[in-house]
Amino acid sequence: MSDKILLAHGSGGKLAHELVEKSFLQAFSNPLLAKLDDSATFDFSGRLAFTTDSYVVNPIFFPGGDIGKLAVCGTVNDLAMAGAVPLYLSLSFIIEEGLPQQDLMQIVSSVKEAAEEAEVQVITGDTKVVDRGTADKLFINTAGVGMVPEGVDISGSKAEPGDKVILSGTIGDHGIAVLSQREGLSFSTKLQSDCAPLNKLVADIIKVSPQIHCLRDPTRGGLATTLNELATQSKAGIKIEEEKIPVREEVYAACEMLGFDPLHVANEGKLVAIVAPEDADAVLGRMQQNIYGRDAAIIGEVRQEHPGRVVMRTKLGASRIVDMLVGDLLPRIC
Amino acid sequence: MKFIDEYRRSELAQGVVHRIHRNSTKSARLMEFCGGHTVTILKHGIRQLLPPTIEMLSGPGCPVCVTDNADLDKAIALAQIPGVILTTFGDMLKVPGSRSSLQKVKADGADVRIVYSTMDALQIARGNPDKRVVFLGIGFETTAPTIAASVLQAEQEGISNYYALSLHKLCPPVIKALLDSGEVRLDGLICPGHVSAIIGSRPWEFIARDYGLPCVVSGFEPLDVLQCVDMLVAQIENGRSEVEIAYRRGVRPEGNRQALEIMEQVFETCPAQWRGMGLVAHSGLRFKAEFERFDAEIAFEINPGPVVEPKGCICGDILRGVNTPQDCQLFAKVCTPESPVGPCMVSSEGSCAAYYLYGAAGE
Repeated sequence: MSDKILLAHGSGGKLAHELVEKSFLQAFSNPLLAKLDDSATFDFSGRLAFTTDSYVVNPIFFPGGDIGKLAVCGTVNDLAMAGAVPLYLSLSFIIEEGLPQQDLMQIVSSVKEAAEEAEVQVITGDTKVVDRGTADKLFINTAGVGMVPEGVDISGSKAEPGDKVILSGTIGDHGIAVLSQREGLSFSTKLQSDCAPLNKLVADIIKVSPQIHCLRDPTRGGLATTLNELATQSKAGIKIEEEKIPVREEVYAACEMLGFDPLHVANEGKLVAIVAPEDADAVLGRMQQNIYGRDAAIIGEVRQEHPGRVVMRTKLGASRIVDMLVGDLLPRIC
Repeated sequence: MKFIDEYRRSELAQGVVHRIHRNSTKSARLMEFCGGHTVTILKHGIRQLLPPTIEMLSGPGCPVCVTDNADLDKAIALAQIPGVILTTFGDMLKVPGSRSSLQKVKADGADVRIVYSTMDALQIARGNPDKRVVFLGIGFETTAPTIAASVLQAEQEGISNYYALSLHKLCPPVIKALLDSGEVRLDGLICPGHVSAIIGSRPWEFIARDYGLPCVVSGFEPLDVLQCVDMLVAQIENGRSEVEIAYRRGVRPEGNRQALEIMEQVFETCPAQWRGMGLVAHSGLRFKAEFERFDAEIAFEINPGPVVEPKGCICGDILRGVNTPQDCQLFAKVCTPESPVGPCMVSSEGSCAAYYLYGAAGE
């Protein structure tokens, strides 16, 4: 094998087969993939959740993860936010020629590790190699399917006045960790991306509150954007308390330096749960027992007033509107 | 590091707020010069906490906002010159010039890159010896020394493909121009914290002395601003007008000698065009003759075309404190952060953006 990915690796010829066999098949070995048919086939009954996403993060390696781990976690989390148990993924690699093979191997091994943790299988995939300059190192497109357990019906439109808003942990870790590595913006921080599969945390939540109203992972656009989406979809107001929102000191400091609001910075391993008030304490307790929900907190509640808007009580005791992120100064963070 | 939470403690803030309420009897119009203060005030809801005697006015202290359209057009034209990499602080990307924006020409193929420091721009110059790398020098006394430092570094290393477009502006001359115009009646001035960290508090003394206006230099945390208001109220109630510092951890009366020295080594003052204020004498910085070869205005033939001002936009009046964003017909209707008409809606320190994003939500 040569050290770098060549156009020929995506040609469908010998080099391409070698790449598929030596890297992907070995890493993701499972009976459905091993058949190497044009489509993977499997039996299924019940309600299916189906999602797709593309990953173009720059840089492809960042503290706490890489584009491979991100692709698995992101897709798994999208399924989990519908209450689904993730089952199978597809992975499509679009590679810029010249990518070191070692980088690809490392990313494939991250995919394998994340998929094992989330207990999902990669059962179909594709590889394309494009001319230098027509893609940036590596893009990954995914699809994922999962099974929605009977009785679970989660939607962003189901928040009701009186419901409690629970956040699973600190915000802004992923966005700041990635940003710290960007050309022209590099600064040193010990911060790691929070990139993680949340399907088991969701399963824990559903165990204690099968009727949970909303679940969403605040990725791009941050917590502020997610809460605004939920408020709009549910035609309800959301009131949060600044004091209750967990933010790491390093994230605060970096945000102050860069002029960002932590509420707008991306996360890849956090979720917002909106639950009936009587379930809130049980859900919170259960979340705090999961490694990915240790710092969970009730950060606010759903209200009848100001439908479609999010209002925050500041640490000083005043109120202000929390709006969606506008534009994007941090392109391609996921 | 713990420099943030202490300045957001609600029990401390309540103590200061209580004191302001107790002491403030005279009506007082206070201008926060700096856009960073406007953001702190709106983001933390500080206006809701102040007594009705106190009126807060936003000033011209947002470097992106005060950049004239003619200068924006120059930067946009520079970015379109083949072989140029234009490096800039992120805020500038979306600011509309007469016909386009850096964001739009970037989408059309111009090489525009966001950097956080001039040293990152210099790194890009080192890595691209076949390209000409221009740093868009927009800012006040806070950023000017960093550009001077990058130029000195480039000279020392013999980097010959690095340039800066110096659109720097100086704060004390514009405050003087604002006060001389007599358009706005003020009872106190919240002086910029970061600018004062460089220039010190002494350059504000003429305001207290010649205009009888109480001045307090403030930091950017909510408690800093509240303490500053408290100190201004004390001066106003006692009939004093002095320069005081409510930001001792950042500002000394004499400023940062080293930063001032390198700034003076590379730049000299010149008249500068301010949006809303027009031409203000001695309020700009241009390269001294011995550093001319770094001056993008000299090194490149820039053809920005005729200047067109956006119709109906009152950014200029807002920057002078004559109007507030809500007085603008376009505010939140035609002009939003997604599709800004004027710069005050773009910059993270712009008054319009701050009003739009954090608009009070009193219940």
